[in-house]
Amino acid sequence: MGRYVLRRLLQMVPVFIGSTLLIFLMVNVMGDPVAGLCGERQCDPATAAQLRREFGLDRPLWQQYLTYMGNVFTGDFGTAFNGQPVTELMATAFPVTIRLTVVAILFEIVVGITLGVLTGLRRGRPVDTAVLLLTLVVISVPTFVSGLVLQLLLGVQWGWIRPSVSPAAGFGELLVPGLVLASVSLAYVTRLTRTSIAENKRSDYVRTAVAKGLPRHRVITRHLLRNSLIPVVTFIGFDIGALMGGAIVTERIFNIHGVGYQLYQGILRQNTQTVVGFVTVLVLVFLVANLLVDLLYAVLDPRIRYA
Amino acid sequence: MLLEVRDLHVEFRTRDGIAHAVNGVSYSVEAGETLAVLGESGSGKSVTAQAVMGILDVPPGRITGGRILFRGQDLLKLKGEERRRIRGAEMAMIFQDALSALNPVLSVGDQLGEMFVVHRGMSRKDARARAVELMDRVRIPAAAQRVRDYPHQFSGGMRQRIMIAMALALEPALVIADEPTTALDVTVQAQVMDLLADLQREYRMGLTLITHDLGVVADVADKIAVMYAGRIVESAPVHDIYKAPAHPYTRGLLDSIPRLDRKGRELYAIKGLPPSLMAVPAGCSFNPRCPMAQDVCRTDEPPLYEVDQQRGSACHFWRECLHGRRG
Amino acid sequence: MPEQPYEPERAIAGTGMGGTMDLGASEAVTLDRTPGGPAGPGPADRPRSLWSDAWRDLRRNPVFLVSGLIIVFLVFISLWPSAITSGSPFTCDLAKAQDGAQPGHPFGYDGQGCDVYTRTVYGARTSVTVGLCATLGVALTGSVLGGLAGWFGGPWDSVLSRITDVFFAIPVVLGGLVLLSVVTTNTVWPVVGFMVLLGWPQISRIARGSVITVKQNDYVQAARALGASDARILLRHIAPNAVAPVIVVATIALGTYISLEATLSYLGVGLKPPSISWGIDISAASPYLRNAPHALLWPSGALAVTVLAFIMLGDAVRDALDPKLR
Repeated sequence: MGRYVLRRLLQMVPVFIGSTLLIFLMVNVMGDPVAGLCGERQCDPATAAQLRREFGLDRPLWQQYLTYMGNVFTGDFGTAFNGQPVTELMATAFPVTIRLTVVAILFEIVVGITLGVLTGLRRGRPVDTAVLLLTLVVISVPTFVSGLVLQLLLGVQWGWIRPSVSPAAGFGELLVPGLVLASVSLAYVTRLTRTSIAENKRSDYVRTAVAKGLPRHRVITRHLLRNSLIPVVTFIGFDIGALMGGAIVTERIFNIHGVGYQLYQGILRQNTQTVVGFVTVLVLVFLVANLLVDLLYAVLDPRIRYA
Repeated sequence: MLLEVRDLHVEFRTRDGIAHAVNGVSYSVEAGETLAVLGESGSGKSVTAQAVMGILDVPPGRITGGRILFRGQDLLKLKGEERRRIRGAEMAMIFQDALSALNPVLSVGDQLGEMFVVHRGMSRKDARARAVELMDRVRIPAAAQRVRDYPHQFSGGMRQRIMIAMALALEPALVIADEPTTALDVTVQAQVMDLLADLQREYRMGLTLITHDLGVVADVADKIAVMYAGRIVESAPVHDIYKAPAHPYTRGLLDSIPRLDRKGRELYAIKGLPPSLMAVPAGCSFNPRCPMAQDVCRTDEPPLYEVDQQRGSACHFWRECLHGRRG
Repeated sequence: MPEQPYEPERAIAGTGMGGTMDLGASEAVTLDRTPGGPAGPGPADRPRSLWSDAWRDLRRNPVFLVSGLIIVFLVFISLWPSAITSGSPFTCDLAKAQDGAQPGHPFGYDGQGCDVYTRTVYGARTSVTVGLCATLGVALTGSVLGGLAGWFGGPWDSVLSRITDVFFAIPVVLGGLVLLSVVTTNTVWPVVGFMVLLGWPQISRIARGSVITVKQNDYVQAARALGASDARILLRHIAPNAVAPVIVVATIALGTYISLEATLSYLGVGLKPPSISWGIDISAASPYLRNAPHALLWPSGALAVTVLAFIMLGDAVRDALDPKLR
C-alpha cells in the first residue's frame, strides 16, 4: 500500500505540472497582464515596460512559469488586482466554497443514494419511472437555469430565502445554492445507485444471502448496499474536485464570494496571478481527492490489491 | 416424508411471452436419501429447486400450481417470515459457482458466522468461533487463520467447501445442491463430491443433487429423476436406470457418455435441440428428437406410467424402450 | 465411472451436438436463469448482430421515438427558422420591453423589446450547430487518439494517459472562461474548438478501454494468427466492435455540450450579442427576472428540452447497445 501511494504521488507530479502549465499558457494567451495592472487607464509605454521587467514578464514563458511555481512552493501566490496578496483572497474564498461543496456533497449522499436505492429496489414500478424521469429533467436543465429559476421562485416570489447570500455565507444560507450546485451530480448519483442496486440485486451472492434465510433488511444493507455503493462512492469522491471548480456558476447566481467569484473577477480583470493561483489549488484538490478515492476503493473492495 | 413436490407449475413472464419452465413436476426425498435431478440446461431442474427454496425471482417467475410439502407442511402456504426461518436453518442450498455465490466484499468468516448470528442469535465472537469449526469440518487447512480471508483468496475447490460449510452450518434436514461440482476442475470434483457425500451420511440429511453429470450420479445417488422441458420424464432407483432406461431420452443420455469399452466408435448424440419453453411441442415434448416417436407421440401427452412400484416413465412406449427395442 | 477418458471424446461430443449432456458450465448458468431456453426455429434464427438487434430495440422504444422526433424538429428549425416564424430576431421595439404575451407574440417581449418567440426559434441553430460539431470533433479526435493508444499500448499509451489526466484536472467551465475570454470573433467556431480541446480525453479513455477489451477477444487473435494485417484487423474487427461505447458516450455528451455553450454564453464568454443563443438571452433576462420571468423561462425551457432530447437519445441508444441491463 505504501509503495502504491508513493507511485501514485509520483504520477501526480507530471499531471500537476501539465495542468498548471496548461492553465498558465491559457492565461497568458488571455491577454496582457500589465494592461490589467494600470486599472482603467491606459498604461504609458514606459511604465508598462518597467512593470514588465519588475514582474519578469519580459522573460520567456517557461522561465516565468518556473519562477511562479518556485514562488508558489514558498507560499507566495503573487498579488491580486487590488494589491492584496492572492493568499489572502484564498483565505476568505476557500472556506466559503468548501462549505458550499460540503452542502452539495451531503445532498448527493443523502438524497441521491436514498432515491437510488428506492428506485433500484423497485425497478419498473411507477416510483422508479417517476424518479428516473425527474433525474433526466434535472440533468437536462443547465445549472444556471435551475439556479435562476429557484432564485426566482424561492427568493423573489415566495420569499423563503434571500436571493443573494451574505458575505458570511453560513451553512443555512448555502442550502439552496448547495442544492443547485449538486443538482446534476445528484441526478447522476441517483441513476448510478439505481443501476448498481438493480444489477447487484440479481447477483448470485444476493441470492445466496436470501437462501441463507437472512431477513430482507439484512440482505439489503449488509450484502446489497455494501457492494452497490462502491461505484457511487467513487463517483462522489471524483465529484469533489469538479464541484469546487464548477461552483463558479452557482456562486455568480447567488452572489457568493467564494472561489468562483474570485476567479471570475480575476479573469475579468485579466489578473494572471489570481487565476493561476486559484486554479493551481483547485487542481491540487482534484488530484488529492482522486488519490483518496483510489485508496478508499481498496478499503471498500478487498479484491482490489495495490502493489 | 421429508420433502414432497407435487404437480409443481412455474412460469416466467418475459418480453417475448410466457415461458413454462416447470410443468407438473412431482418428486420426493426422504431423510438420508439422495435424489439426483438430471437434465439439460433449461429443463427446469434449477427452477424447481429455487421454488422449493423459495428464492425464485418473483417477478418474472410465478408459481402457478402445485404443492411443496416439507415435513408434511405446505411451504407455499407459509408467510414470508415463516418461510425465511426455514431457509438456511432447515433447508439449505449449495450453488454452482462459489466465486459469484459468495459475497466478494465480506470475509468468509463473516459470511459463515452470519448463519449463527441471524438464526441462532449468537454474538459475533461466538459465531466467528463456530465459523472456524465449520471450516475445519470441511477440511480447509489453517482454518483459524483463513477465516479472515475473502472468497477470492481461496482456490475453486476451497471456495466450494466454504459454500458447503455455509449450507451445512445449522445442520439442515434438506440440502439442495445445484451442480455443486460443475465449475471445478475434474480432479477437485471428486474430492468435493466425496466430502458432500460424507457429511450427508453423517448428518442424515436429505440431498437433492441437481446435475447433468451422469458419472457423479452413479456414485452418490439413491434415485434419479430425469427432467425434460419442465417435466419429469423418468424416475427410478439409480441402478435400474443404468441397467435399462425406460425412456428414450434417458437412453440417449446414457448412450452419449463416452465409455472406454466403446472407444473408437462414433459417440451417440441426441439429435436436435431442447425445445423453447415458450413453445413446447404438442404431445410428448421429446417427440421431435425421439428415435422411437410414433403418431401418438405427436398428439397425446404421455402421463407418468408406472413401470413398477418405484419407477415411472413418461413414454407411450416405455416397454419397448425398457426391453431395448428401438422403433 | 472413469474420469480420464472423458476428455478427448468430450470434444467430439461438443461439436454441434446440442443434445449431449456435456454442455459448458457457463451456458448452464445463463440458460437456467432465463427459462426461455434455447430458441427454437423461427424468426430468431435469422443472423443477428449487435446493430440489428439494437435497431430493432430502438424502433420499439418510446423514449427513442420521442427524443428522435424532437431532434428532427430542432434540426429542421435550425435549418429553416423562418418556416415557423415570420418575424426577425433583430426587430425590437423598446417601447414593448418586458411586455407579456400578446396575439402573434405568444412568448412576450424581452428587456430590449424583442420578440421572445422569434429569438427562441432562432436560438436553436446555435445550440444544434455547437452540439453536433463539438460532438463530431470530440468523437473523431478522441476515438482516433484513444483507439491508437489502446492498440499500440506501451509508451504511447502511457503518454496519452498522462495527457488525458492533465486535461481532466482542469475544470471545464473555468477553462472555457479563461480561453474564450480573449476571443473576439463572434462565431461558434472558437466555442466548438474549445469543447474539442477539453472534451476529447473523455472519449479517448472510452475508446482506449474498449479497444483493449476487443483486442483480447479470440476472434481478433484468430484473425492475427491467420495473418491479417494490422490495418485490416483495426478496421474490420476492432473498430466495428469498439465503436458502440463511443457512440453512447458521445450522444449523451452532445447534450452536455449544448448545455455548456449556454453556460458559457451566460457567463459572457464565447458567443456575444448580436449572436443569438439561448444562453445569451437567459443571461440578458436574468437582471429583470422579477418583472419579466417569461423572457427567461422560454429560452430556458427550449434549452432544457433540447438537452433532454439528446440525453434521452443517448440513454435509449445505451440501453439498446448494452444488453447487460435488460
